[in-house]
Parts: sequence; structure tokens; C-alpha cells
Amino acid sequence: MALACFKLPEFLVERDYDKCINCRVCERQCGWEVHSYDEEVDKMFADTEKCVGCQRCAVMCPTGALVISPHPGRYREHGNWTQEHLRDAIRQSETGGVVLAGSGNDKDYPVYWDKLLLNASQVTNPSIDPLREPMELRTYLGAKPESIEVRDGKLVSQLPPQVQVETPILFSALSYGAISFQAQEALARAAAELGILYNTGEGGLHHDLYRYRGNTIVQVASGRFGVDPDYLNAARIVEIKIGQGAKPGIGGHLPGEKVVGEVSVTRMIPAGTDAISPAPQHDIYSIEDLSMLIYALKEATNYQKPVSVKIAAVHNVAAIATGMVRAGADIIALDGFRGGTGAAPKIIRDNVGIPIEFALAAVDTRLRQEGIRNRASIIAGGGFRNSADVIKAIALGADAVYIGTAALVAMGCTLCQKCYTGICNWGITTQNPYLAKRLNPEIATERLVNLVTGWSHEIKEMLGGLGVNSIESLRGNRLHLRGIGLTHGELETLGVRMVGQ
Amino acid sequence: MACRLCEVGCKVEHSEHKHVIKSFKREKPVARLLVEESGPLSFATQCRHCDEPACMFGCITGAITKDPETGIVNLNAEKCIGCWTCILMCPYGSITRTNGARPTAAKCDMCPGREVPACVEACPNRALVLMEDEEPAVALEDAA
Repeated sequence: MALACFKLPEFLVERDYDKCINCRVCERQCGWEVHSYDEEVDKMFADTEKCVGCQRCAVMCPTGALVISPHPGRYREHGNWTQEHLRDAIRQSETGGVVLAGSGNDKDYPVYWDKLLLNASQVTNPSIDPLREPMELRTYLGAKPESIEVRDGKLVSQLPPQVQVETPILFSALSYGAISFQAQEALARAAAELGILYNTGEGGLHHDLYRYRGNTIVQVASGRFGVDPDYLNAARIVEIKIGQGAKPGIGGHLPGEKVVGEVSVTRMIPAGTDAISPAPQHDIYSIEDLSMLIYALKEATNYQKPVSVKIAAVHNVAAIATGMVRAGADIIALDGFRGGTGAAPKIIRDNVGIPIEFALAAVDTRLRQEGIRNRASIIAGGGFRNSADVIKAIALGADAVYIGTAALVAMGCTLCQKCYTGICNWGITTQNPYLAKRLNPEIATERLVNLVTGWSHEIKEMLGGLGVNSIESLRGNRLHLRGIGLTHGELETLGVRMVGQ
Repeated sequence: MACRLCEVGCKVEHSEHKHVIKSFKREKPVARLLVEESGPLSFATQCRHCDEPACMFGCITGAITKDPETGIVNLNAEKCIGCWTCILMCPYGSITRTNGARPTAAKCDMCPGREVPACVEACPNRALVLMEDEEPAVALEDAA
């Protein structure tokens, strides 16, 4: 008999029996089997311990009889030992395992977007009304030449491959396998409708999604899943994934249970085998090696597609980024430590990496100092929550941003952080056909389009207030930003003045 | 996705109180559609409003009629004597029985007075969609 440990439930399921009509919708909607119906007493019961707080039942309940809240039963309060520390230690004492988590770093680290404020035009320079005057969010991703030659109003110079996007918001890498086919299809359809790009992640490209090739970024990651010439040439951009913000320095592991049917075909591995992405790319141990892979991919795609290199934001990110640009990367994708994941050891998710704000500012500054900023576009990702975060990133030097978690939220995600279990009551991070069918790609597409459209409208309004009429005019113009509550060191790294200056 | 909210919506719409809690607590409402499940596959079956309704031909009291304008197959509970012939006749199993002192047959009536049937409105995943036949009268003539 093992020592009985007092494991407190995380959530409390409260049912108002005056409202409950025993329709059993909650029971059918919960993949965690929290709710059950007892015929004998004609009553619904709830097993509170199983609840992960995803709120699916509360949303679906036709009478509003359910309230899911953090469990009020708590261990004795302790300044050093939080409830989470206790819970994790107890779990590990039982299993000897690594505590896993999904989604992004949820710890209370400072969010620097909230310490940056935008400017607006007053008196001396006119603001622009985007409803009356043209306002351009369109931008082009890819290396830009040192100079261009224009003759008779026409561009004569041969440009490196450029990818046009209608708004600087792209969907970040979410692989088929980690997310359901329905979810990835919705991302692809929304990207096509919006004139932006979605990213296959490292799970290969499902044959049904080849029709969205005009809006696809394909990833070549350490596992090389699903990579072949068709895959590479189906993309607008080929992205080499070195690292991920949620788990810098470690690889990925899609359990064999999730490698079923189409996932196995798309990943080009036998069904039931674990899909293991090694921590490093085993052919990249130096900048020179990276250059070889970049040019191998350019060769394979006939120099028609920009090659992006994605890294996690880490301490010496600026130096790494210049190496990447010199190695031939046309796009640098930076993923901050708040970026999401389908599965990561929680200890790594919560303790490794740096905020995207600093990584972005440092990389943009360094590339400019070295005079090579034109040679690569920068895509920033990792924790963008609204359009203000996006526009601030553009002002800090990003060409575009990646949104992952925000896109999932649009599709229904409530950040319960259980993606790694394969049970997702919202039909997003699951391959269980019972659960995946809950996500209607048609509805999810509409919601994604709405989110990005809404953000784009807001960005236009804010740009108008700044007195500029295109996103290109804002890029890297940190004079439009001021820092509040920041130290001199932070302001210096961000390249931003203090409020009032 | 087999949540069966369509059934809840249908029950409330065809109840006396038309209030989700009151109807369920005070009455024993019956859904006129049924979600069928087989593995991960699930779908709601309701009256197909057939061109040649077997239930109507089987009905011994003339309680079931087909509206020539709308094509909707209606069941008049006043005339129904509860012989259940229609239930036996329906090839889709779309007719059910009401609870109460004098049970009668009950079926989908396309929610008269509503723009969208209650089941369609209740569906959170757009699995149920109302599609109108552009020329029901013509379709009816063809069938006849």
C-alpha cells in the first residue's frame, strides 16, 4: 500500500440542481468523463478530481446549471511553496516522471508589451482616418537587395523571392498530429481567405491541404517528417525549425497513439511508432552546417522560395541571428518564451528562454548595426494577445508576427493546457475522432478570419493615429514607442525612450 | 458531435411551457428527432417529409396530412387515436409517442411560426442546416 497523498482537486464543479434538467449534454461533451448520470436517483453527478477546467460543459449546458471554478480547497498558504509547487512535487513523488504541460509559459513574468506605449499625432502632424484614406497593411517577406534599379517606371533588378501577405499576422507552426486535421484545415482556409500564411509545423502536409499551397509555410524540422520535393515545392516559404519558444533546446515527441491513419501517412512514418524530433538537427552543428541545409532547400525549390530559419529566443539571440542571415536565411523567425506548445516539460516551458520583446529588439538592432537587416525579414512569435502587441512588435522591428495561441483561442481553446494528453474537448489538439469532429472547420475558419480582420482594423486605426499610412512606414521606428516602468537597462536593450522624453 | 442539444431544443419547442427548465421539470417533453450514433459517426434523424409519406397512407383516422404548399407532413394530435400504425410504417423511425394521459404520435412539424426550426437553432456545430427546396410544389407534382 502506497502512502496516501492528499491530492487536492484543481477545479470545483458546481451544479445548480434547480437548473439541471438531466439532458446529459455535459456528460457527452466531457472527454475527461467528469459527469455521469445515475438512473436510480435520476441525477447528474460530477467527479471533480478529473476536471481540467476547460469549461466545455459550462458553455454547452443549455440551462447554465454548471459553474467550473478553481477549487477553494487549498493546501496551507505558503509564500515560497505555491499550490502549484506542492501539486507538482506530489505528482512527481508518485510517478517519478517529468511534469508535462501544453500551451505557453503561464508564469507571472513581466510582459513588456504592457510596458510599451504608442504615440499619436496631435496638432503638429495630422492623424489619418483609415476609413476615409488608404491604409496599407500589405507587406512582403524575403531578402531585400542592397539597391534596386528602376527604368521607365519599371523595376529592372532581379529581386530575391518575395512573399506578399495582406496583413502582417501569420499563423504559427501547428502540426497535424499535434492538432486535428479539422483545426489545420481551418487555419489553411482562413489563411487563404485572409491572404496570409499558415505553417504546417513539422507534421508534413496532408494531401487534402495541397490546394492551399499559395498560403503554406512548410517546416523542415529535426525529425524531417513528411519532407519530400512535393512538400517543399507546395510551399510559399520553407522554414527550418531549429527551436521553439516553449521548449528551447529540446525536441519533440508525438506518442505512437497519436500517429494513426492519416497522421502516419502525412508524417511518412509507420502507424503506431513514436514520432521523435531530436533536440538538435543532427546535420546542423554550426552556422556552416545551417548554410548547407539552407542552400540544399533553395536548390530543391529552384531558388523560388524564401528560406526561413526559426529559433527560440535565447540569451545570445542577436549573435545567432546574424550568423543565420550570413548563412543565407531569407527570414528569421524568433519565438519568445511565451510561445505555445502541444507538449513540453513544464520546468522547461516555464524557465528557459527570454521574452520576444527583447529578442526582437536585440536582433533588429544587431542586424542594422551590421548593415544586413535588409537581407532577412523578421517574423516574431510567442505570446501575442492582441493587435497592440502586434503593432508594438512591428515598431520594434518585426516584419510580421506569428500567432498560434491566439488562433487556437479563436477556434475555441480555453488554455486548459492539456494538449499533451490527446484529449481536447474542443476538438483541437486531439486525434480522437469523437472529439475532433466537434471542430467544424467552416465555423473555425470564420472565427479565425474574424479575429485577424478585427486585429487588422485596429492596427489601421492605431497607424492612422500615429500619422502613418502603411505598416512599412512603422517598421523598426521605435520613436513611436515609449517605455513605462522600465529600468534604464531595459530601455536601452529595447532601444526605446522613457515616457515623457 | 452527439451532444443532443437538438433534442433539447426540440423538446422545449414542443412543450407547453416553452422554457428549458420549466418544461423539463414540469412536463416530460418528447423530442421529435433522434440522434443516431454509430462509433464516432452521429446524425440527427427527423421526418423527411416524404413525397409519398407512408405514415400518411397508413393513418386510419386521417390525422396525417401533407401540406401541398409547403410539402410539410403534419400530424393532427386531436385526430390521432394512438394506433401507432404510422410508427410502424415510417421507414426512418422518425415518429415517436408523447407522454401523458392520452399519448399520441408525434413528429417533426418544422416548428411552425419559427424562422429556423428549434433543432437547427440549438445545434452548436452547424451540423443541422435548414435547406429549402426552391420549388416544393413542383417536386410534389413530380411525385404525384
